[in-house]
Amino acid sequence: MKSIIQMAVGLAMVGTVAMAGEVAPDDVAYDEYGAVAVSLTGVAGDPANGIKIMTERSKGNCIACHQVTALAEFPFHGEVGPMLDGVGANRSEAELRGIVANAKITFPESVMPSFYKTHGYIRPGDAFTGKAGTEPLPPLLTAQEIEDVVAFLMTLQD
Amino acid sequence: MKMTVLKSAIAGLALVATGVMAEEGTVGFEINGDIPIVTRVPAAAHLDGALSEAISGWEYRDSSTQAMQMDDFDNPAMLAVEQAAEVWNTAMGTVGKSCADCHGDVNESMIGIRATYPKWNEKAGEVRTLAMQVNNCLTENMGAEAWKYDGADMAAMEALISIPSRGMPVNVAIDGPVASVWEQGKEMYYTRYGQLELSCASCHELNYDNLIRADHLSQGQINAFPVYRLKDTGLVTTHGRFKGCVRDTRAETFAAGSPEFVALELYVASRGNGLSVEAPAVRP
Ligand code: HEC
Ligand code: HEC
Repeated sequence: MKSIIQMAVGLAMVGTVAMAGEVAPDDVAYDEYGAVAVSLTGVAGDPANGIKIMTERSKGNCIACHQVTALAEFPFHGEVGPMLDGVGANRSEAELRGIVANAKITFPESVMPSFYKTHGYIRPGDAFTGKAGTEPLPPLLTAQEIEDVVAFLMTLQD
Repeated sequence: MKMTVLKSAIAGLALVATGVMAEEGTVGFEINGDIPIVTRVPAAAHLDGALSEAISGWEYRDSSTQAMQMDDFDNPAMLAVEQAAEVWNTAMGTVGKSCADCHGDVNESMIGIRATYPKWNEKAGEVRTLAMQVNNCLTENMGAEAWKYDGADMAAMEALISIPSRGMPVNVAIDGPVASVWEQGKEMYYTRYGQLELSCASCHELNYDNLIRADHLSQGQINAFPVYRLKDTGLVTTHGRFKGCVRDTRAETFAAGSPEFVALELYVASRGNGLSVEAPAVRP
């Protein structure tokens, strides 16, 4: 009974506080290069869902900035970031997890948004409404969504 | 129309003589076949090498949108300009005067005005945008209500007032009494707002000419504002565009006409010093 109540509380707070068993945004252990060795959820990532997150505007919208040949069926890839073909061969899973969670630790000053971060913003908004938001904000992606994106990136072997 | 073109050519020449380097730029196109528009010009010294060239947003639009801007018959903004010309001649407010009663022919009295705003107003002791100046005339000189800062009436009037400056180089002052406001605008330009932590510079300085999703990023210059946006079938003001760009960083935006956006407008205008006034331009 107690655990059900705790679950309910957890659900009510989804978006601001990590689910039980997840690494919360403030607790992610980045190494000195910005890599994150341990899964944020302990649940294997789903590369198919990773594709959705990479391509949907309301999710990661990664292709707004990156070209990915494997995602050519989804229109309009941007040129702001490097092309990601082969990135799963060139980088380790830990490096990719760190870059997707908070690219600015690997690449200081990067224009790439930090997807697993909830506070420390200048004039944070309420999504795309232009109105004020209140920190902590829900991170741009959940822990599992980050794992899903990383699983997809690992499939980019050439 | 002939007369206006002649006059603005003369005014343009006078400015060249005082050191604005219009002759250094590249003429990208002509409006109506007789108003040359400089779309690329060496960047102003105050940019400290942040850009090598200032480039008009026109350069980044597709050829059909570009063409609409090259002939006033094809430019959908001209309908609003015609309406504003009627308003110019209409008495408004308790004083019973029209704009024309004080300023005469807009095509003569407003030559060069659009090219130098925002600028310092000595009497008021503040930096004023063109829109602030229009509202000041409405409330202080005409006894009328102020217009919505980024509303349709204001956008149309700004477009009308821009016409006699088309082809003249943007020449916004950044020193003297405006220096601190200019610095404020510069700081804003490089501040990474919102949950996406993007500054104006992230997109318009570091990434102009790159695609972001389907959008071809320009330098975000404002020499062409207000612009007619085909998607919205209406005019968009400078502060309207700023609001959209700040909102797109998942930030709390600033209000149109706020001191912050006035400062940002002064700074962004100065990044385009030397480009021709193009307003009202056409955007997709
Ligand atoms: C606003 C632009 C932008 C968005 C959106 C963006 N990125 Fe990036 N990304 C960059 C830039 C720029 C770099 C290059 C690193 C730097 O800044 O030096 C980069 C680097 C990377 C790298 C490292 C590539 C390499 O060759 O080492 C990966 C992996 C990556 N991004 C994945 C993603 C994923 C996944 C998403 C979405 C969840 C995403 N990016 C969203 C701009 C972006
Ligand atoms: C996430 C990317 C992004 C950021 C950040 C951004 N903009 Fe933009 N901006 C765009 C896009 C996309 C367009 C439409 C295409 C173009 O002209 O670049 C645009 C257009 C503009 C235009 C219209 C240019 C024209 O010729 O029509 C202006 C002016 C402008 N931006 C100013 C700014 C200012 C000032 C800031 C900072 C407060 C800013 N932008 C921040 C993406 C951005």
